[in-house]
Amino acid sequence: MKAPVRQTLISLHDAAVSFGDTPALRGVTLNLQRGDRLMLVGANGSGKTTLIRLLHGLLRPDVAASLQTHALVPEGRAPRGAMVFQRPFLVSLSVRWNVLLGLWLRGVPAAEREVRCQQALQRVGLASLAGRRARELSGGQQQRLALARAWALQPDILFLDEPTASLDPGARREVEALVQDFAADGVTLVMSTHNLGQAKRLGSRVAYLEAGTLVVDRTAEGFFSGEDLPDPARQFLKGELPWRT
Amino acid sequence: MNDLAQGLSSAARLLQGADTELWSVVALSLHVSGTACLIGAAIGLTAGAWLAIARFPGHALVVGVLNTLLALPSVVVGLVVYLLLSRAGPLGSLGILFTPAAMVIAQSILVVPLVAALARRLVLLALAEGGDQLRSLGAGPFTTALLLLLHERFGVLTVLLTAFGRAIAEVGAVMIVGGNIDGVTRVMTTTIALETSKGDLPLALALGVVLLAVVALLNAVIAMLQWRSGAPREALA
Repeated sequence: MKAPVRQTLISLHDAAVSFGDTPALRGVTLNLQRGDRLMLVGANGSGKTTLIRLLHGLLRPDVAASLQTHALVPEGRAPRGAMVFQRPFLVSLSVRWNVLLGLWLRGVPAAEREVRCQQALQRVGLASLAGRRARELSGGQQQRLALARAWALQPDILFLDEPTASLDPGARREVEALVQDFAADGVTLVMSTHNLGQAKRLGSRVAYLEAGTLVVDRTAEGFFSGEDLPDPARQFLKGELPWRT
Repeated sequence: MNDLAQGLSSAARLLQGADTELWSVVALSLHVSGTACLIGAAIGLTAGAWLAIARFPGHALVVGVLNTLLALPSVVVGLVVYLLLSRAGPLGSLGILFTPAAMVIAQSILVVPLVAALARRLVLLALAEGGDQLRSLGAGPFTTALLLLLHERFGVLTVLLTAFGRAIAEVGAVMIVGGNIDGVTRVMTTTIALETSKGDLPLALALGVVLLAVVALLNAVIAMLQWRSGAPREALA
């Protein structure tokens, strides 16, 4: 396992996101550190997806200065991000072309694309299905292809928006194992999930959101110990883990 | 009823006998409408993709005008192109009035709004599903729209078939700007109109059959491509 240099990659200071007149996130302050495995938890509509999209740059904060991305040390370049969505969008092309397309869009030189595509497909166990139409794959295979597409981009930060929400337990385990591989490579993870067990297995840090506000952000160990948690987070934890007292 | 039966029987004989006049008219129709569709595809798909993602003051007005142009009467297009290309018109120096080139221009103008409006809707629907994910991969807005057209290529083929159907079936514009000159600008629809007015129903009916057969053949080709690709059935709907 590579030990990345601890540094802030993205910082949010009192960030807010609104859709028209409707606030989706309010007053979020958070620093994403290199090497973090940050799990975003909370009920539906709590702002997890909005926060993950904000961090990835798919949404803009209401005030531009509230979001800052920092150059990597010692590389001296902006961190590369890739995102895996709950329901991956695969273009109606082959498995191989879906990976190549992502590489082409990121401006990877043509000479490198094929090699990176093959490596990524091998890593997720889809090399033998490279010529298959992507949309014919099973749900778990489609999510693995989405991970391969992200992997090929060699991201520094991987954003995952409930990537196992619609998968059966077997496929979920496969995807979790691949996410752990990403982390072992030193990739910083930001993942939203409803599954607290998954957050505990994969996360080094847990942030709990409620109604668009960040209620608590602490180490996974500290969060799941339940000690000194703010009331809403404690209630959420009790609701999600009913055997706890 | 007898006239119809006799007409159909004579039409069958004309088709079987490979009548030269009939097939030259068919060939010119396919050439003019096919070229117009290619031009319509190039302009309409680009414009439709751009309108799906662009936001600018007056965007709603442009989309409203585009949707209105879906019902553009072909005779109005014919009249406008005639005025532009006539000797006294601003493009009269080109000297292409009453030539197939003028017919191509008129039909292109007819199909561009149709292709653009339908392509815009295709892209808008696909954007909801995959827009963010393509942006996340690094695609700019216009690239995203073009990739979504590639993704929806069977829908695009259906749009182009619809446009071809509109072009090859229209009579008003090609009659005005082509002049229905025998052996030069006479196409299927203008021949059907002329022969019907002369009472020569067999040729008119034979051309009607060919017209339907051409569209049916195109539809079959697209359905076959769709079946071979495994695309969902709804793509053709």
